Parts: sequence; structure tokens; C-alpha cells
Amino acid sequence: MSLLSLENVTLSFGGLIAVNNVSFHVGEGEVFSLVGPNGAGKSTVFNLISRFYDPQKGNIKVNGESILRLRPDQVPSLGIARTFQNIELFEQSTVLQNLLIGRQRHRKSNLLSEMFFAPSVREEERRHRHVVEEVIDFLELQAYRDKYIAGLPYGIRKVVELARALATEPKLLLLDEPASGLSLEETNDMIYWIEDIKKQMNITVLMVEHDMNLVASVSDRVLALADGKELAIGTPQEVQSHPDVIKAYLGTGGEINV
Amino acid sequence: MRFVFKRSYDDDIKLFKHRPQAFYYLALLILMLALPLLLDDFFLGEVTYVLIFAIAGMGLMLLTGHTGQVSLGHAAFLALGAYLNAIMLSKGIPFVITLPLAGILTGIIGMIIALPVLRLHGIYLAIATLAISVLADDIIVMAEPFTGGVTGLVAPPIDIFGLDIDRYGTPILFYFLVLFVTLFVLMIYRNIMRSPLGRAFVAMRDSEISAQALGVNITKTKATAFAISCAITGLAGALLGHFAGAFNNETFNIVLSIQLLLMIVIGGLGSIHGAFFGAMVVGFLPQFIAITRDFATDNFGFNSLSMPGIETGVFALILVLFILFEPMGIYGRWVKIRTYFELFPFYRKNMFKRQKSYLKTERMK
Repeated sequence: MSLLSLENVTLSFGGLIAVNNVSFHVGEGEVFSLVGPNGAGKSTVFNLISRFYDPQKGNIKVNGESILRLRPDQVPSLGIARTFQNIELFEQSTVLQNLLIGRQRHRKSNLLSEMFFAPSVREEERRHRHVVEEVIDFLELQAYRDKYIAGLPYGIRKVVELARALATEPKLLLLDEPASGLSLEETNDMIYWIEDIKKQMNITVLMVEHDMNLVASVSDRVLALADGKELAIGTPQEVQSHPDVIKAYLGTGGEINV
Repeated sequence: MRFVFKRSYDDDIKLFKHRPQAFYYLALLILMLALPLLLDDFFLGEVTYVLIFAIAGMGLMLLTGHTGQVSLGHAAFLALGAYLNAIMLSKGIPFVITLPLAGILTGIIGMIIALPVLRLHGIYLAIATLAISVLADDIIVMAEPFTGGVTGLVAPPIDIFGLDIDRYGTPILFYFLVLFVTLFVLMIYRNIMRSPLGRAFVAMRDSEISAQALGVNITKTKATAFAISCAITGLAGALLGHFAGAFNNETFNIVLSIQLLLMIVIGGLGSIHGAFFGAMVVGFLPQFIAITRDFATDNFGFNSLSMPGIETGVFALILVLFILFEPMGIYGRWVKIRTYFELFPFYRKNMFKRQKSYLKTERMK
């Protein structure tokens, strides 16, 4: 059974149809990529899954159950974590504090026990910290643990955001342009990490990305979108060579009439 | 330079980062406990006043400094605490019950009032909370059977297990009572800030959208922040009622709300220290002006210095200077000086450059 499925989802902002009757299924253990020119509706699909937007038509299901009744803050409890296209970290906090906020969905303590910092809260804090430290080890963030986000370079912030999503211990990871603005070397690191996330941690990845090299090297399947509509779905090679995709990126190959 | 070697996760959980720091705070505590021996009753009263303001400042700091929700209505919650405490005391309920109950009730009422307001952001929230402050003034006057209207109330004497505590009769005992409440609130504040809830507060302040995407229930967490903040402010209000002796609607007017907000800005937003530094400025300023004025009158014969409004003027000037030259407040300046010496000679001028402001409206990215 598929982990995440979108069924005929449509969302329009006034006259602009951002997502037009899009359906796809992401199977467990898969790396699934969304590609398409700017304004194709890729990030909107992410915001729909995060429940920031309500679709006008269609249904979004996780493990076969509709998520349309959930609030955005209930989505992480299904094991869905995401990153943002324009990094949304907590600027005035350290890397460690940022990752610990990723543990929010596992919070068991209540207000009263936290007010007096009961032993159970301390025990829970240690457990959270242990998970966070494993993520720090995995993404090699040791040197930045106590640094404030406001002073970190862009490339590191990108990694911290991925780390924060991993700290939630997700089953499905939504990555919104993980390689945008990264150097070639950093992009290569990202490729290794995404492969490890898939193979070692058994996390399903849904990704929006423009870097076709990254998409081709990690994706199992790719969906191409343009103007909110599905163009093609299949392996990276199939999609890249699909005539509609080429048309959407490069325009029609007709004769030029001067 | 100081290097702190961390050996276990507990090193990041504990209250003091390293031994010298724990020692400084212990020394400060001993100084505070020995203060009645060092100061006369008048100055001890001033310190008590500063501590009460520091409690109120902590209440507002939790909401504005750490959760990012601006409130211009906190004088209303000070009033609520003061009136609830005084009314319950006059009904014969002992002080050991009325004080915590005044705090808890203020917290609950504050949360109920806050619920419809919480959908607002930034400047709109400030305006809505300002309305709470304006309304509170009128409600106190209208609810005359309970509040005494413009005549006001006299806070009944405090009696803790046979021990009479009075601001004028036994200023030392009153000082210790206030100090105890201050330390209690401080402990709770610190504990919350090192638990998941405190992190959720800071997360909401910096990026609401991403806090939500990580599982923070925005409405519930904001309401909790409001409740805790109002409860602390209510405690301060109850103590302020006893400090003032008699109070009416004028005691808790809008100026006090604004003063509270300016206090935490001057002290340094986003730090508990800021609440204390700000309280010192606000609390000692009238005395400082009075002493300076007397000095000037005695030595230079400046009688015109006793003009009205000079306190507000000096306060405004300090605020303008802080916003222009040190937006991070007194605590921010202190951290910069400390970091300079800790990292000597590697301090960089732009180390504390701020990239985002606290007052921002919701964005959708």
C-alpha cells in the first residue's frame, strides 16, 4: 500500500489554478521527486500535504486515511516532516535548540511537571538529546552544535533544516529544494545523505528539486508538473526524455516566423 | 578565555553553565538576603518595589520576549491580581491561599480574554491588548461594589501563620516575602525555558509556520504563554497592591502598561536578566531624578528643575537612546562586553548583528 497518495487534488487561488487534478502515489521506501518549471505548483503540493492549504477538490491520504481533517500541527504526528524552500529556522536559537524543537511531536511532559522540572522531564530531555545527537553525527554537524543560526552560512543552514526534520524521526520526509543554493560539493553530500536516509533509515522521501543531476541520481520515480497539471510520471530517464516535459521547459519546437 | 568542557547531556540541561557562574549567583543571593542589614527602610522599600516590577517584567518577558506576542495590556492583569487578592483577603481567606489563587485566577481569566485576541499578530495584537488596558480602567470604575470604584481599595494586612507583614510596619518581612515570590517565579520561568514548552515558545516567536510544521499547536501554546504570563503578572499585582497600600483604577492606567513594555525593551528582550535590569531602571529612576534634583537645588539653586513630567521625559530619552544605540537592551550590552573579554582578542564587531525583528507579521513561504 502506498504511504502517501493524492487523489485528483485541485487547488485554485481565485482564477489561478495552482494544482489541477493531480494524482500520485508514493510507495514506502521510495524517493519520489517533483520537477517542473517555476510556478508549476510543486511547493503548493507540499503546502497541501502540510495542511497549510485546503484543496477544493480531491483527497490526500496517508496510510490510506484522509488527512484533510487534521490541523497543520497534527501532520507531524503521522510521521511527516518537511523542510522549506526558503529556510525557516529559528534564528535566535542554537543548532542544538533547533533540533530539539524537532522532538516536539514526542513531547510527553505536561505544564506542571515542566514548571518544576520533574525527574521525568529530565529523563525525557536526555532521550530527546540522544536522538538529536545521532542526527548530528549522521549529518556531521558536531562543530555547529552550540552556534546560533543567525551566524551560520547558507549551506550549513540547509543541512540544519534537514537535521531538524530528521530529528522528528519521520516516516515520510518532504524536502523542498534541498540543493538550491548549494555548491557542487555540498550537493554531492546531499546526494549521499538522501541515499543513506532511504537505505539506512528506511525513510520515504518526497522531494521538489530543480537540479536534474540530483534528481536523476537519487529518485526512483519522478513526476513532472507544469501549470499545476501532470505532464509525465516514471523513472528519471523516462521523464527527462518525455516530449511534453521538453516542451514545457524549452517551449514548442515550431518554426520561427519573423 | 574560558572553555567549558561538557561531559554529559546534563551539562546542557542544568541551570548554571559552569561553577564560576553558579558561584556568582550564589553570591548575589547572599547579598540579597543580607540586604536588610545594609540598607535603611526607605531604600529597602525601593528594592522591594524593583523586585515587584521584576516579577511583572518576567511575566511580560515570557510573553513578549520569548513568545513574541506584544502586549500593551498587562496593567490590566496587574490590577486583576491586586483586586482579586485584596477582595479575597477582606473575605477572611488567609494570605497563603489568596496570593497563589490571585495568580492562578488571573492566569485563567487572562487566557480566556486572550483566546479571541490570539489570532492577531504584531502591531494588531498590540492594539487589541491596548484595548484590554483601556477597558480594565472602565470596568474597575463600573464594578464599584467589588472594587470600590474611584475611591479604590485598601489592601488588608498580611498574616502568614500569625506573622504580621506590613509594608511600613515590618518592611524587612515584606521584603523577604517579595524576594521569595521573585525566586519562586524565577525558578518556574527557568524550568519552563529549558523544557519542551519553552522551546516551543521561542520557536513560535522566530517562525510560526515552521513551529507548526514541527507539531507545535499554535493556538494552544500561545494561550498557555498568555496564561503563564498573566499568572505571574497577577502575583506581581497582588504584591503591588500591598506595596501601594491603597489603590484605585488610576494606579493601573495605560501608562503602567506602556511602562512595563518599555521596561523589558530597555532591559533586553528575550532574556530573564532583561526583566531585572529593566525593573532597576524603571524602579530607581524616580528616586534618581529626585536625588539629582535635590542635589542641583542645593548646590546650584535650580528651582525650576522640579517641573512636572520630567520623569516621563527622562524615561522617554533613555528609551530613544536604547532603541537607537542598543536595541538588545542593557542585557545585550552586558553580553557583548562579556563576550569581548571571553573571546579576547577574537571578538568581531558584527557578532551580534540582528537579522530579524521581534515584531513581524505572518508570512507564508
